[in-house]
Amino acid sequence: MNIPDNLFYTKEHEWAKIEGNLATIGITEYAQSSLGDIVFVECPNIKKPCEQFEPFAVVESVKAVSDVRAPLSGKIIKTNQALKDNPELINQSPYEKGWFVVIEIKDEKEKVNLLTSSSYNDYIKELSK
Amino acid sequence: MKAELKTTPLFNEHKVLEAKLAPFSGWFLPIQYTGIIAEHNWTRRSCSLFDISYMGKFVIRSEPGKSNLEKIVTINLAKMPLGSCRYGFMLAEDGGIIDDIVVYKLKKDKWMLVGNAANAESDAAYLKRHLSKNCQFEDVSNKLGKLDLQGPFSRNVLKRIVGEDISRLKYYRFDYFSVLDEEIIISRTGYTGELGYELYLSNKNIEELWHLLLKDDRVKPAGLGARDTLRLEMGLPLYGQDINRQVSPKEAGLERFVDFSKDFLGREAIAKKNIKKRLSCFAANSRRAPRQGYKIYSQEKEIGVVTSGSFSPSLSCGIGMGYIDLENNKIGANIVLKQDDVQIEATIVNKPFYKQGSVNSHKSQVISHKLQVT
Repeated sequence: MNIPDNLFYTKEHEWAKIEGNLATIGITEYAQSSLGDIVFVECPNIKKPCEQFEPFAVVESVKAVSDVRAPLSGKIIKTNQALKDNPELINQSPYEKGWFVVIEIKDEKEKVNLLTSSSYNDYIKELSK
Repeated sequence: MKAELKTTPLFNEHKVLEAKLAPFSGWFLPIQYTGIIAEHNWTRRSCSLFDISYMGKFVIRSEPGKSNLEKIVTINLAKMPLGSCRYGFMLAEDGGIIDDIVVYKLKKDKWMLVGNAANAESDAAYLKRHLSKNCQFEDVSNKLGKLDLQGPFSRNVLKRIVGEDISRLKYYRFDYFSVLDEEIIISRTGYTGELGYELYLSNKNIEELWHLLLKDDRVKPAGLGARDTLRLEMGLPLYGQDINRQVSPKEAGLERFVDFSKDFLGREAIAKKNIKKRLSCFAANSRRAPRQGYKIYSQEKEIGVVTSGSFSPSLSCGIGMGYIDLENNKIGANIVLKQDDVQIEATIVNKPFYKQGSVNSHKSQVISHKLQVT
């Protein structure tokens, strides 16, 4: 299972790449693999706020509809337009081309509530038992 | 929980193939092997193999007049030639659907019924209750395996294994073929809209036949996920979702599978029933899929409910089925499907959604015409 070192994770299988006061957000390899073929994504408009661990986007696979929760609170400043016509990018490249949004981080201290790659890796192993 | 679920004789094969398994109707079954969309598309373009061993299967050894089977099903059994099978229903007295089934006339006095896995126990109980006491009834669900081979190449794939004779099988006909020292039943039937076959054989040979079929490069395994999107694109109902004990074949738009020229359980009730809603198909104007339970609206007025929905891999949009009030049920009408914050604009359409299926392809038509001439 691919779990890049430089990202932070949630127990709901989202990731955040933190660069200065900005964070890029997506769903993990484990999430895309569990969902199966993703066919639709609903992302909020830019300037909308998001709250840590609250739903901000929706992904639909052939079989299921799932909320995507924000790893950090903030304001959405950019959304991945490519997902509109090619939601399968999330399956193909969950950490690169399949990113959902970029947010302006509201409170950097919230980072302590997130998992590092090694603790997320342990968490996944526990789930798969 | 998993320990209580039943598994098919091919369970280990599914694990070897790293299938995603999930509970379905009391069984632990493969949902997908590589991915639903890839398996769906492969079925439409080439040929897929499905393990469908979980279906309910019953054998009745008696003539339908004597066994009372004629009165239990909506199909006119007296009119069926040997080697034919027919789709129809078992109904409750009030006309509600007990199950949708396929009946096989194996001999004049030997018939097989195939029904849904979820109904296997209730079907057996219903049959036992209504069959004559002196007829021989056997539930063969657990000893007879079933493989579905579906897709435009299925005939050519089977030719290599059972010989040229497979080409003689017309739609909704079956025959016995010698495979692995067993006489197995193969019918030209399916649930995908493609040219396809259903194979019934003993559990002991199913693993070997599974491998034999998968050796052909044109064949790949497909799971329940693709089976569901394939059937939905054809507008074929699924028991437990689109049809159930609370609706009659009339409401489901399936009265052509009910023969009113004969007597059967539930006949009186549905003959005089005035229906208020009908099962309809609709296509979304976007990639967003309707889902079971979403409400259907026409200009702010609630007019129905979604019973099945999915993304359609062939059409690249959301598609679904649901019951809609008759007065609002017009082909081409614009509707909105809603649940919480979700709003999907859609249009009522004719079935099937997917119209290029090889089940009715020119090629199979030509072959069956030739057979009728010779």
